[in-house]
Amino acid sequence: MSETAQNEVLPVGGAGPVSTAWWGMACLIATEGILFVYLIFSYAYLGSQQNGPWPPAGPPSLKLAIPNTIILIGSSIVLGWGLHLFRRTRNSRRLATTLFVTVVLGTVFVTIQGFEWAQKPFVFSTNAYSSAFFILTGVHMAHVVVGLVMLIMLLVWTLMGRFNQGHHEHLALGALYWHFVDVVWLAVFTTAYLVPQFK
Amino acid sequence: MVAHADTVDPPLRRRLLETWETAPGLYGWLATVDHKTIGIRYLCTAFCFLLVGGAEALIMRVQLAQPNLKVLSPDAYNQLFSMHGTTMMFLYALPILSGFSNYLWPLMLGSRDMAFPRLNALSYWVFLFAGIFLYVSFPIGQAPNGGWFAYVPNTNLKYDPGINMDVFSLGLVFLGISTVVGSANFIVTLLRCRAPGMSVNRLPIMVWGTFTASAANLLAVPAVSLACIMLWLDRRCGTHFFDVAGGGQPLLWQHLFWMFGHPWVYALVLPAMGIVSDALPVFCRRPLVGYTLVAISTVATMILGFGVWVHHMFATGLPVMSLSFFSAASFVIAVPSAIGVFCWIATIWTGKPQFKTPFLFFAGFVMLFVIGGVSGFMTASVALDWQLTDSYFIVAHLHYVLLGINVFPVVGGVHFWFPKMTGRMMSERLGKWTFWTMLIGFNVAFFPMHITGLMGMPRRVYTYDADMGVGWLNLISTIGAFVFAVGVVLFLFNVWRSLRAGAPAGDNPWDAPTLEWSTTSPPPVYNFATIPQVASRYPLWEERLKESDERSIVGDAVPDGMVLDQGKETIGVSPLDAVPTVVLKMPGDSLLPLLLTIGMAALFFGMLALSLWLIVLGGICEIVTLAAWLTPKPHEAEERVELYE
Repeated sequence: MSETAQNEVLPVGGAGPVSTAWWGMACLIATEGILFVYLIFSYAYLGSQQNGPWPPAGPPSLKLAIPNTIILIGSSIVLGWGLHLFRRTRNSRRLATTLFVTVVLGTVFVTIQGFEWAQKPFVFSTNAYSSAFFILTGVHMAHVVVGLVMLIMLLVWTLMGRFNQGHHEHLALGALYWHFVDVVWLAVFTTAYLVPQFK
Repeated sequence: MVAHADTVDPPLRRRLLETWETAPGLYGWLATVDHKTIGIRYLCTAFCFLLVGGAEALIMRVQLAQPNLKVLSPDAYNQLFSMHGTTMMFLYALPILSGFSNYLWPLMLGSRDMAFPRLNALSYWVFLFAGIFLYVSFPIGQAPNGGWFAYVPNTNLKYDPGINMDVFSLGLVFLGISTVVGSANFIVTLLRCRAPGMSVNRLPIMVWGTFTASAANLLAVPAVSLACIMLWLDRRCGTHFFDVAGGGQPLLWQHLFWMFGHPWVYALVLPAMGIVSDALPVFCRRPLVGYTLVAISTVATMILGFGVWVHHMFATGLPVMSLSFFSAASFVIAVPSAIGVFCWIATIWTGKPQFKTPFLFFAGFVMLFVIGGVSGFMTASVALDWQLTDSYFIVAHLHYVLLGINVFPVVGGVHFWFPKMTGRMMSERLGKWTFWTMLIGFNVAFFPMHITGLMGMPRRVYTYDADMGVGWLNLISTIGAFVFAVGVVLFLFNVWRSLRAGAPAGDNPWDAPTLEWSTTSPPPVYNFATIPQVASRYPLWEERLKESDERSIVGDAVPDGMVLDQGKETIGVSPLDAVPTVVLKMPGDSLLPLLLTIGMAALFFGMLALSLWLIVLGGICEIVTLAAWLTPKPHEAEERVELYE
């Protein structure tokens, strides 16, 4: 095998697609992504099988959902910007600040969403629509909460100085997951909030 | 250029042994992440489940031996056939293949371990715990009783009020975690943890099979997990996913289940076909005919396998247009399967067959696959399916497919790799007895079921009337089932005896071409003292095949092999052409996988018992364990890879 250089110097662990962790995260995102495909399929299938209107009580209000969507997207932008700065400046104080802001925005999203759920005139067990609506938004909410736990851990590790020696693979992967959760929200938002408006 | 024991560098071996060896005692037993140990655990556990499922089948065969017998009550029969199906499909068929792949992959690929050793341990523990979970209500007579596909509304709370189906639905979600984790590990291992030079066109077919199955699992398992969660919510939280009264739709269950179920069936057979594609040619003394075709048809079968799920639902009243589409897709899937069959036959035909036990099992597999494939092809036709569905014809078909394509290659594969795993040969004489007993028993048991089904006997009913005229056919099936069981016992006896008194095997007793045969039998804990470098598809047959002038660097501690002895490490390569790109530090023994599994078990038992504090406790355990697992550890940014001199 002549193509292998002699006594090469190779990175340990590596970053991005060079590391195995990145591929592991890609697998996680693939399987979670397809879970949402099945969730949206179930929602749409149940809708297609109804005799009456879907949703039965008219389209859901966008009054809270639109600002909430903007908040979640904003959190992704803040996180992406924070990581970008950290890669350039290696200033972990600033990184901690952006992580903190992301966590706050994520928490606001969860709070508003919980508030909106509480305002609904139906509960999980009312009918097929309520079941489908709550499982779709609920599974997403669970992912947001997991993402928040990840971000909080990253914040703690940042404050402990764990990322000072150039290991930011954890940061990159945590951010990737958070962006994924946000992109999924756009699909969920479109399915459960936007599409019913056009009926 | 296989190096012999005398060229090995003792200090290097000692260093590697010290870094790689599992700790002794109970701690090491619970904390090991060695893929070989985990692989063997998978094999043994799955085989135990096979015996349990087999015992359930035998009891059912006794009940069915004659019309109107009262060996089992209808309720007990429901539980037995449900647990038989669930056990065989979920707890035996895939885990046994994961066992082979776990054990063999790093050896075949020339790596020192899987990409994520701790995830590997996790997927085993979760499999074990989920298996126990599925059986937890068996002793109190409340085992799952809705069949392995658990159709609603039969499984709704109204018609099935015990905890039977709660155990089923939660158990499958639990087990699904193991499957997905294991699949992700296989995918990343294939893409990144291979010997330099092992480009994708040089992979053993078994690797192709398991990789394809894993990719499918990653995309299919969430469907059944979601369906099971919905079923549990319908039963325990009053939701209306499948409940018509609340606007739900029972067919949603069938869609989600079979969107998972059909790809799953292929996941159960593709790695087993891979076992045959790799091991059969060894006994034909030639490379596999049509390597590329077989690899492509493996992937093609899987892709098509995602588009045929409705053929399980032909009789549910779906629109004719949709039935025609899925019927056509089901016919098309015969093409890649046939390509495989013709390649295996051509390999035997153009080779010099050696009629050793593994060969017999693999050749038997080809025959059974053709029979099972043809009956499957028949039921792809909507008109015929309407006649045959839910009859014993389907039972015959699915057993030809699952035993033919899974059990026969698995038993052949055990005979084939047993010497590698244990350093001892299995007895040929007993092996041949095993084969003929199993083959005859199997056909005597299942061939008559085609006729029983055509005569109208429905499946999943605990007995039948004498005037149906199927009593004698059922008696033959029962006799065959017991003959088959004798074959299984012979096999176990052979394993037990060969472990103690089998002839020493040597490194490569079958004179096989792939990397796992270049290391010792059993392999050292670090697999290879120096990382092999691969120059062809058949590294150990290069001198003989003379396909090119390039030679692989294979063997234990050979010049120019990578040493990688600065801690527990192996090499990571680029996904397609396998150029080394990174040094991978591997984790040592760890209790975290077991802790994570225990937390998960608390969570699922909490859901089963509707106990909030247990759920919370499990959840906390999960978060703490995961935080410990994922804590970043400092390491060097780069490292010089030394070559052995």
